[in-house]
Amino acid sequence: MSLLSVHDLFVNYRTQGGPVPAVRGVDIEIGTGEVLGLAGESGCGKSTIAGALLRLLPTGTEVTGSILLNGEDVLGMRPGRLRAVRWTETSIVFQGAMHALNPVQRVGEQIEEAILIHHQAGEREAHVRVGGLLEQVGLPPRRIKDYPHELSGGQKQRVMIAMALACNPSLIIADEPTTALDVMVQAQVLKLLKELQRDLGLAMLFITHDLSVLIEVCDRLAIMYAGRIVEEGPAQSVFYESAHPYTRALADAFPAIGEGRFRKAPSGLPGDPPYPQDLPGGCTFHPRCPLAFEACPHIDPRLFDVGPGWRAACLLVDSAKPVLEAARTPGSGP
Amino acid sequence: MPPTEQAPDREVAPPLLEVRDLKVTFAGRIGLGAGLLGRKATQSRAVDGVSLQLRRGEVLALAGESGCGKTTTARAIMGLEPPKEGQILFEGRKISKGLRAYRRKVQMVFQDPTGALNPRQTIYESVAEGLRIHRIHHGPNGETEQQLVARALSRAGMRPPERFFLNYPHELSGGQRQRVVIAGALVLDPVMLVADEPVSNLDASVRGEILRLLLQIRDDLGLAILVVTHDLGLAWTIADRVAVMYLGRIVEIGPAEDVLTRPLHPYTKALLNVVPEAGGLDRPILTGEPPDPTRIPPGCRFHPRCPEVATGAARAAGVEDRCRGEDLGLMELRPGHFAACHLAAVTVGEGQAMSTSQPKR
Amino acid sequence: MRPRPTSTEPVATAPDVHIEVKEPPRTPKQIARARRKAAAKRVWREYRKNTMGMAGLIILGFFVFVAIFAPLLASSCGLDPTCPSTGPQLHAPSLKYPLGTDDLGRSVLTLTIWGTRISMIVGLVSTAITILIGVTIGLIAGYYGAWRETVLMRLTDWFLVIPFLPLAIVLATLLGPSFYTVIFVIAITSWPSAARVIRAQVLSLKTRPYVERARALGASDWHLVTRHILPNVGPLIFANTVLTVAVAILYESTLSFLGLGDPLHTSWGTILENSFGAGAPFAGNWWWVVPPGLAIVLVVLSFTMIGYALDDILNPKLRAR
Repeated sequence: MSLLSVHDLFVNYRTQGGPVPAVRGVDIEIGTGEVLGLAGESGCGKSTIAGALLRLLPTGTEVTGSILLNGEDVLGMRPGRLRAVRWTETSIVFQGAMHALNPVQRVGEQIEEAILIHHQAGEREAHVRVGGLLEQVGLPPRRIKDYPHELSGGQKQRVMIAMALACNPSLIIADEPTTALDVMVQAQVLKLLKELQRDLGLAMLFITHDLSVLIEVCDRLAIMYAGRIVEEGPAQSVFYESAHPYTRALADAFPAIGEGRFRKAPSGLPGDPPYPQDLPGGCTFHPRCPLAFEACPHIDPRLFDVGPGWRAACLLVDSAKPVLEAARTPGSGP
Repeated sequence: MPPTEQAPDREVAPPLLEVRDLKVTFAGRIGLGAGLLGRKATQSRAVDGVSLQLRRGEVLALAGESGCGKTTTARAIMGLEPPKEGQILFEGRKISKGLRAYRRKVQMVFQDPTGALNPRQTIYESVAEGLRIHRIHHGPNGETEQQLVARALSRAGMRPPERFFLNYPHELSGGQRQRVVIAGALVLDPVMLVADEPVSNLDASVRGEILRLLLQIRDDLGLAILVVTHDLGLAWTIADRVAVMYLGRIVEIGPAEDVLTRPLHPYTKALLNVVPEAGGLDRPILTGEPPDPTRIPPGCRFHPRCPEVATGAARAAGVEDRCRGEDLGLMELRPGHFAACHLAAVTVGEGQAMSTSQPKR
Repeated sequence: MRPRPTSTEPVATAPDVHIEVKEPPRTPKQIARARRKAAAKRVWREYRKNTMGMAGLIILGFFVFVAIFAPLLASSCGLDPTCPSTGPQLHAPSLKYPLGTDDLGRSVLTLTIWGTRISMIVGLVSTAITILIGVTIGLIAGYYGAWRETVLMRLTDWFLVIPFLPLAIVLATLLGPSFYTVIFVIAITSWPSAARVIRAQVLSLKTRPYVERARALGASDWHLVTRHILPNVGPLIFANTVLTVAVAILYESTLSFLGLGDPLHTSWGTILENSFGAGAPFAGNWWWVVPPGLAIVLVVLSFTMIGYALDDILNPKLRAR
């Protein structure tokens, strides 16, 4: 059984202009100790998924489908149980480490707070544990007494990671954990996360717009476009042999230095991501797709098998042929 | 596409822009009481002796981590930050503050296109602003203001341009806004563009198109472009030459292929090591963060973090004392490829004889 | 919700593009005018939905009408105690004198109508001066910063802490009670708060990237201030102005009530002062006190309601909520 199993997740935000579909039927499976990378551009719904997993979305947001954490339905949990699950089973590392820490409280106390709230230890024991946690994330234990402003951006992010580990969760959701950081610090934090994940056998859902970051830390990758997963599979395959043209374009936006095909040849996609309330018909990607053909505006592709554990929502995938054939037969197409 | 090495005759083509030993400092805040007691504010040496040249039609990428002084250098070149020392020469002449002709010829593209457009102005007004500031009512061939604006928008890929005249910035997407900012620069027929992180606020799939546009206008209009970026991958895709900055100085500069595939400076190597790639995390990563520019280390300013010093490679080569004690400038270690590294100077060999404090052409 | 962007298909740039604009859709001036018109329409549409703002506007409209058409509504002769139209002294409201008469036999209605004029003029003129000084100081301090800011802001703080009444009394004694003294006193005590508000807004505006962009384009300080800073502080100035008028009218009444007003002009404050002088509130002559008092309350209320409504609509920070 997987640790996290999301099935047919739909999320509609309620706005003045009517409901906005942010997530439109997403399935996610994460096994124990597995790292899944979820990538996509702003507005594709990736952060909405993170919010949905712990029910952190604004009230009034419509969430349907099922989210099973250790076999327990998150959407049906009572508030008390939900609070217990947050942080003890699943914790989050946010993007804005600078703002997620209370500026007038010592960082040690803030980590301790998480432990004490969940009654995982007595005060003295918690104190010892905080020292250990800081060491684990590569900060000297004397930093316990520091205030957030005394730490650099990278150190604050390390504190956030220590906090996420405080209650021994089995799943960590990392939502753009390195986006605001400099390249060098980003690499340090990524390395730390990867090592912790390996040493502690953590499962991780790693969300970012930067596909190249994911290739370093993830076992599997899922690419989102317009509220759906358009490609999913082993990280290396998805990144280097992308089956979906959107994945290809996203991967090419992070060129390999030294590779001749990128030299003086920036590549990108024409147009912009669509607005969730105004999606194109057929394949939502077809207006921007360099490989679109006559069937694309008419058939909305589901995920087709590309290889073992590797699926892509594109009509150009070999296993999509039967669908195309069926559509060509008069009277059976949509 | 094969790499196109651009090496125009360096002796005959005078640089369009020449920056000589530029220094920009920021004074730290100081309390009134302390000031009265004669205490001086700490000086933050944001840019601490930068020299570089830019030729017509050339794309130079200025790379480095945040706080290395790359943006301050660009802003000083734009005249937005007063230099404390040094000279900025444009077409052989010194620029001084308020030089309107210079402002017309050198244009800037900003990191945040949303903020760079006045929300109360239509696209037309935003693009036409430069013309109005410089009181240009007609193009060189008698074009009207509308025609100039339309041409600039169209060159920036906004077609048909008339359709966008009355739009407001919030009605456009991020990529379109950046195109409008670029059009606002192009409308003045500049000869040089300074682009400060032109795509880092844009969605990944849109970035390539904006970079392609920058290359396109370089090719069509022969513009020189200075791109400030933290992303060496971006430098690889568009730059002819790359300059890497660390703590207010250029530590390596040269042809992009050379610098990015055969780097000489350990800092450049470290930066290249952290460009994400599968399995990349197994490579060594620099520890710590850059020191702040109020406390620049003596000797080579990179030595406290330098892996060559830490691993003893510098000692083995007999340069460790110099790394710790002797400040150094750029040396031409390969043709057109300069680096400020004691160790590289020894290991590359032929570099010793050509030691100078500045790149000379 | 963000409006949908106009879709484009950004094609790769052609080598050189010569766009022939055969019929320019509009001249830039027309564009600017259309833009301003659209913006004004949008504000008006929002404003109409604001009940409080509309109520304020109707009340204010009534008083403006009264102020402008005072000569048609009541003969100015009624202000003169020797005028034939004066009636019996301290007469309770009747058909002939709907609001009764004062101790000189003048119609309180006539007095209140003419008082509207003076109160409004003092309110508007002193506000105009207040805003002019406040905007200039706030703009210079905020835009130029450095020593200019330090000097101007210390000056502002200094004026801010001067207590209004003692200053007014001292000035009225020195300059003699007059219409102009009242305006001067109000302006000199009201501008500092306006200056502070404007400065804060300018400080935040001048670091906006679009101001930076215009600077990089070669714009002069004048261009930056008139094209980018002022249009963006405009709404704030407007809302601030309206609120200041309310305060100014209240101040005028206070000063007149204390006998520091212009004895030759009838304002609401002077009517109240006279009535108190004659002991009207204690003698049961309510008709002499209530009309000017009510008028002050209503006008101040209407300006305040309009001011808050405008603030709601024009202040981007409030609008975001």
